[in-house]
Amino acid sequence: MGKRKTPALNTSSTADIAFLLLCYFLMTTTMGSQLGLQRRLPPIPDKNQQVEDQKINRRNIIVVRINASDRILAGSEPIDIHFLKDKIKEFLTNPSNNANLPEKEAKDIEGFGTVMVSKGVISLQNDRGTSYEAYLAVQNELVKAVNELRDEFARANFGRPFSKLTEEQQDIVKKAVPQNISEAEPKDVNAQN
Amino acid sequence: MSKFGGSNNKKEVPGITSGSLSDIVFMLLFFFMVTTQMRETENKVQVVVPEASEVVKLERKDLCSYINIGTPIKSLQSQYGTDARIQLNDSFKTKEDIRDFVASERESLNEGDRPLMTVAIRADKDVRMGIVTDVKQELRRCSALKIMYSARRPGDE
Repeated sequence: MGKRKTPALNTSSTADIAFLLLCYFLMTTTMGSQLGLQRRLPPIPDKNQQVEDQKINRRNIIVVRINASDRILAGSEPIDIHFLKDKIKEFLTNPSNNANLPEKEAKDIEGFGTVMVSKGVISLQNDRGTSYEAYLAVQNELVKAVNELRDEFARANFGRPFSKLTEEQQDIVKKAVPQNISEAEPKDVNAQN
Repeated sequence: MSKFGGSNNKKEVPGITSGSLSDIVFMLLFFFMVTTQMRETENKVQVVVPEASEVVKLERKDLCSYINIGTPIKSLQSQYGTDARIQLNDSFKTKEDIRDFVASERESLNEGDRPLMTVAIRADKDVRMGIVTDVKQELRRCSALKIMYSARRPGDE
């Protein structure tokens, strides 16, 4: 006999409700993954600890200075930012074993063998008046130099670019081409001139 | 009854079912809920981060705390001037407050995650390095040594 069907629920408004929720989330959240240059700051030196390890050989260190008008001094000569990367690469590789460029040290890397690792350290100094944009541009060039060297090393030894290597291989490359960028204690660059 | 019938048994065009519309919208909703993160703080300083080609992605977003540095936004300039300022959480702070800020951020993390805490410095590209250096020194003093300079890929935005 005529059993009454329950009337179907009107679901057309669920879409509206969902849209409302969607709009809410669109407004209150941010997309954007955080991108940036990662760095490790040196710890504050202990007062009791004597400054012994600062006797790095002169040839092993390159000082990159940025002054208040964003000009760059690498080593002892002014340099344009576009040439900075090549200069750093030359400094770190020292292809001709120049006595003024950093010495290399045979280092045994686990799982790979002995590699000549450069002892070069890049020291970055800036003035209080340096603009942040210029500072980060220089940081970027330094990282780029190291990244390119790592890429070259990876291609020469593993036949693949650095980003395509496995994690262990990346660790090996990182040890072979270390990223030694030190951000010096702040001082007034202009005061020295 | 003829097939091409009289007016009383005209077939109606079936209406389009909008039942699945809500499913589609819910799918969109879930997509946005998963991929985005809540905007915790309101920006009180204008920050246009500089460009850098070698940027890397931050692996653990939840372990990151932000320090914004820049000039106050237009509506607050009459009150705070146009000098670059530090914003922590929701208010303008001085560099002396960074210590407390880092301590409280560290407190809010799990025991095991604390060494991995990263401080992202989101500074405007026109900011002078003096203030950034002060912040860095302060971070060193409270041994928050993992930092990240926020930047964007060239060509974005």
